[in-house]
Amino acid sequence: MNTFDFLLQGLAVALDPAILLYALIGVTIGTAVGVLPGIGPALTVALLLPVTYGLDPAGSLVMFAGIYYGGMYGGSTTSILLNTPGESASIVTAIEGNRMARAGRGGAALATAAIGSFVAGLLATLALAFLAPHIVKLALVFGPREYFALMVLAFVTVSAAFGDSAMKGLTSLFVGLALALIGIDGLTGQARLSYGVPQLLDGIEVTTLAVAMFAIGEALFVAANRVGADEKVHAIRGSVAMTAQDWARSWKPWLRGTAIGFPIGAMPAGGADIASFLSYGTERKLTRHPEEFGNGAIEGVAGPEAANNAAAAGTLVPLLTLGLPTTATAAIMLAGFQQFGLQPGPLLFATAPKLVWGLIASLLIANIMLLVLNLPLIRLWVKLLTIPRPWLYGGILLFATLGTIGVNPSRAELAMLMIFGVMGYLMRLHGYPIAPVVVGLILGPMAEQQLRRALAIAQGDWTTLVSTPLSAGLIGLAVLALAVPMLLRMRGRGAVLAQVAKDDD
Amino acid sequence: MMRHAIFGAALAALAAAPAWAADYTIVAPAAPGGGWDATARTMQEVLQAEGISGSVQVQNVPGAGGTIGLAQFVAGAAGDPTQLIVGGYVMVGAILTNASPVTLADVTPIARLTGEAVGIAVKADSPLQTIGDLVEAMRADPGAVSWAGGSAGGVDHITVGLLAKAAGIDPTKINYIAFSGGGEALAAILGGQVTAGISGVGEFLPQVQAGTMRMLAVSTDVRWPGTDAPTLMESGYDVNVQNWRMVAAAPGLTPEQQAAVAADIERMAGSAGWKAALATRGWADTYLAGEAFAAQLAREIEATTAILKDVGLVQ
Repeated sequence: MNTFDFLLQGLAVALDPAILLYALIGVTIGTAVGVLPGIGPALTVALLLPVTYGLDPAGSLVMFAGIYYGGMYGGSTTSILLNTPGESASIVTAIEGNRMARAGRGGAALATAAIGSFVAGLLATLALAFLAPHIVKLALVFGPREYFALMVLAFVTVSAAFGDSAMKGLTSLFVGLALALIGIDGLTGQARLSYGVPQLLDGIEVTTLAVAMFAIGEALFVAANRVGADEKVHAIRGSVAMTAQDWARSWKPWLRGTAIGFPIGAMPAGGADIASFLSYGTERKLTRHPEEFGNGAIEGVAGPEAANNAAAAGTLVPLLTLGLPTTATAAIMLAGFQQFGLQPGPLLFATAPKLVWGLIASLLIANIMLLVLNLPLIRLWVKLLTIPRPWLYGGILLFATLGTIGVNPSRAELAMLMIFGVMGYLMRLHGYPIAPVVVGLILGPMAEQQLRRALAIAQGDWTTLVSTPLSAGLIGLAVLALAVPMLLRMRGRGAVLAQVAKDDD
Repeated sequence: MMRHAIFGAALAALAAAPAWAADYTIVAPAAPGGGWDATARTMQEVLQAEGISGSVQVQNVPGAGGTIGLAQFVAGAAGDPTQLIVGGYVMVGAILTNASPVTLADVTPIARLTGEAVGIAVKADSPLQTIGDLVEAMRADPGAVSWAGGSAGGVDHITVGLLAKAAGIDPTKINYIAFSGGGEALAAILGGQVTAGISGVGEFLPQVQAGTMRMLAVSTDVRWPGTDAPTLMESGYDVNVQNWRMVAAAPGLTPEQQAAVAADIERMAGSAGWKAALATRGWADTYLAGEAFAAQLAREIEATTAILKDVGLVQ
């Protein structure tokens, strides 16, 4: 049988009413946890694992996959409407998406996120079915030096894109990098900057920092400035749906986001957050409306949202073909496989084809369900904005706190949430962008560890960093991304770039 | 909004998993998905299914090789006979490298439950055919042989250190590359980024069966089921390491309370459900309790302290 026959057979498994029900439950729960700040899909799958002991393997794995896809999608809703990302992969969505929502275009932003997620999920799942064995070979070519080169590229594309001044953007980024140093050094096991506080040994949790800076900081800012306390909110201005122009400006970012997200998700040390950063950087470089970036450009929502969903599908490539879990959720799905006596790995496609193809087929179905579930909900979601501000932000504070201590019930975690919340407020007050801090915390440790691993393997030889065509190419791209804007500025096109970098948050 | 609020609150409550009346709360001092988490959740399943306990909660307190969970457990659970914590060999190393103020002497060890051999493997097309080849390559130039394994100071790192020492190679010279999580280390081995890999045998077996990797040796004193790789001891290196997992109770229990917990765990470990769960997960049954376990634990801590000093991770 060829791949296509297997897929059809898988669809037959997935169209079983019971399996459809599990997929529906999965995407519904996934969307809900994605919406809640702090509670991620990994925790949900872990909590549901014991519940599924009695279920059949196909049904529960399909449910887990639905949660995973749903979580990736749900994270965008609060990012766009409330500027409080539920997941680290939705951070860049908040930048443009929330601007759109404030301009009354929240409906279009949610729609392009939903349809972009659908398109990316669909294409990436098909790619998973047909290309998995080839993609996984590519992913294994990436060693520490290639990852380091990729991180450099991510740093350049992302940091160049933030803030109304390079100085403030870089300051924010370095605050994030400094915070990233806290905790046990992964390569030597030695504690850094932990001052004897056990909770600091594991470093600062990305979700805690993101929720604190975005959600708590925003709530404090609104409360302190009484912004919008009496302001008339335009939940919807014009059409709630996407206009023809929105479609025209969205479809290319969807495809580009998919093309970036899927392979990066498939890399063992990649991830949806890096994919979303790279996609945002790409859209910002390629846009015909540079003046809108920072003020609500639809491309800046469409691209990263497609990228993070494609990356979610990409994660399943190493899991199903090699048995390598590359995210926390994938690790728990692996535990789920093992619970049913199945060992994902090079032989899974041969030993349990019915299950694997059933899973892939139900991902396609889960994807359609997500769209059906979410498009009509957009009208409901945008009504969130009409809730009186004190109530809305009171609710955000409550859920942000509950979510954080739900994941890690400790006083130290709660204290960090509050301290970073105040820090986020102060940064907002003085016009420092928030997102680079979180980006620094995510990328910093990865870049450091990959650099040190590469150097350790090469026994201290720096030339190893550019010794393969791939790593040299990626570093070259990063240099170009840094140098080209400088050259353009020197040729007198600085005005456009200053406009590009405009951000009054 | 109200509907969302209720739904959200229900989910948050679900996620917070509050410790409502439970016969046992098992702390898994690691993130969901790892070995300790799996141990705690398997215990939960069996304790409930066998009717030993009416209700069991699992609480994840991740971080720092289990020392964060351990510190929180010792501070919060003292004198409470319903609180258990899962731990293992990795925690012994983590306590030493992190100079943790709380150690295993602060809890009440109940029993060793499971164990797994550490495997040494190379990519299938590697020129190294035997563990002897690998050790000779290391003898020629220790820095040129890069090892991919789990966290620094963990059981994988300790095993490489012991092997070097047993072969008469300076353990401070070994080139050990720590990876977080098994997936990344496996990818580095399969991608040919490193010379050799070291990890739990179970993580390598699927690759070995698929012919993508070759297992050179296992770390235990007997050969491990599922592979015909020789032990390090029969290859002439005096190394015997097993990555064991245990369960401990809170400090400050009365002898009666301690005996009651030990009896429950003994019933669990002897049950058919436990044996079946171990078989499904591919874990060996290494149940050891009471005085024998306490003595074994003391020996392991002593040996680990010595090797971590040799490798230079502990002063």
